[in-house]
Amino acid sequence: MRHLLSTADLSKDEAVLLLDTAAQMAATQSREIKKLPTLRGRTVVNLFFEDSTRTRISFETAAKRLSADVINFSAKGSSVSKGESLKDTALTLHAMGADAVVVRHWASGAAYQLANAGWLDAAVLNAGDGTHQHPTQALLDAYTIRRHLAARSDRLPDGAVDGVGADLAGLKVAIVGDVLHSRVARANVALLHTLGAQVTLVAPPTLVPVGVGVWPCEVSYDLDATLDGWRPDAVMMLRVQRERMSGGAGAFFPSTLEYTRYYGLDARRLALLDDHAIVLHPGPMNRGLEISAEAADSERAVIVEQVANGVAVRMAALYLLMAGEDSAEGNDL
Amino acid sequence: MSTGPALPADGGTTVLGAGDVARALTRIAHEIVERSKGADDVVLLGIQTRGVPLARRLAERLAQIEPGFDPEAATGELDVTMYRDDLHRHPTRAVGVTRLPDAGITGRTVVLVDDVLFSGRTIRAALDALGDLGRPRAVRLACLVDRGHRELPIRPDFVGKNLPTAQAERVRVLLTEVDGGPDAVVIAGRDAPDDAAGGAR
Repeated sequence: MRHLLSTADLSKDEAVLLLDTAAQMAATQSREIKKLPTLRGRTVVNLFFEDSTRTRISFETAAKRLSADVINFSAKGSSVSKGESLKDTALTLHAMGADAVVVRHWASGAAYQLANAGWLDAAVLNAGDGTHQHPTQALLDAYTIRRHLAARSDRLPDGAVDGVGADLAGLKVAIVGDVLHSRVARANVALLHTLGAQVTLVAPPTLVPVGVGVWPCEVSYDLDATLDGWRPDAVMMLRVQRERMSGGAGAFFPSTLEYTRYYGLDARRLALLDDHAIVLHPGPMNRGLEISAEAADSERAVIVEQVANGVAVRMAALYLLMAGEDSAEGNDL
Repeated sequence: MSTGPALPADGGTTVLGAGDVARALTRIAHEIVERSKGADDVVLLGIQTRGVPLARRLAERLAQIEPGFDPEAATGELDVTMYRDDLHRHPTRAVGVTRLPDAGITGRTVVLVDDVLFSGRTIRAALDALGDLGRPRAVRLACLVDRGHRELPIRPDFVGKNLPTAQAERVRVLLTEVDGGPDAVVIAGRDAPDDAAGGAR
């Protein structure tokens, strides 16, 4: 693997290797000295065309913990606001000698274009492209799910700590909310399927994308029935992306109150879950819209832990893409 | 330290058998106790992969020599992958487990345990890793086989067997815990100089 563009490109072995490497990276993050010399002298560019707090900080932290130099590039205040194209930006980065480029872009496919157009010879990590993919988010979700629930999986290796070496076979994950605009949902459906979990998307019909029939998952319009009848092991709440709803929230559902009534996770729905079930949210949360404060702050919510795991997963991705020899063809990953 | 690619079909020459390995470890255990004047503050850190079972075996022997020694509380494992200086020259390596005793290593005498000592680069990486994990009172090095060809000023304190080798030869330590069959130390590539590329480690 030369780039990390989409979870759909990952084989099961690659996905498990990424999660296992993340587990070792996480172990180093509880030490007094958290920094490792692994990527000393290498340069990571964070290329962000879209606003992001936690993903950019998480990638920056991960790169710095591995001793790489980090250059932050955001579209605001750069030549992009003067009209520079993605290609010219990429050529500039190439001239500066970037070894890896972490890219977040509003256009689906921007990361693929950057990786395959021949503008750059750096490793490209997709940090979210339009409504397409967000692979490191899906990997950190899978890592968090595995850490909590791998003991329930059918094929846990003997003596495994925190589920290292395991996949997610037999686990049931419900992904609830604005699937239409969510790259997190798309990345998760592909990855969780690869890892052997069953996925059900729960959303109002207006927020289910066209063509969902070919995705490896089920679709439900009824959250209560899914929670009560299907009994998911993990519930992933998605943010309602009002900034992507051009006509305002009214274009996709009648009112926010109605959305909350039908698809919000509140204390009553939380009580429907099995004792072992966990609640995830990729953040940032709209408290009171898709998730109530009681649910977000409950003991089942692993939302803060997801952020910590994000650093470990991104360290693993940077390590596996950057540490090996230059001619990365024929890499183990 | 791993010992390179899998054995060729010819299997190579066995230079130490299971009995030799056991006697060497027993002697090393006695030397560790003698050198440290007891085993109270000794921590055995096995370097992944085969140093780990060797460290466990040494700990069991230390417990027989010094009844107050708790093997569980004084053994750990160290993965040095992320400290290596040759990462960029090989395909990406999987990162292994690092596990220290609960009491840590600060102020104690750490004995690094590896199977084969060759260039010394693994030990250099291990010393860097130790520096990030704590501040031992002293660090010593035990290895089952010292095959020479050092590239760094590193020398072992406890050696099972000094084994003169050619650069191109490959030395493999086979241990029951890792490789299944009986313990053995095997030299391969002695009569196959064309195999030189395989002797990188």
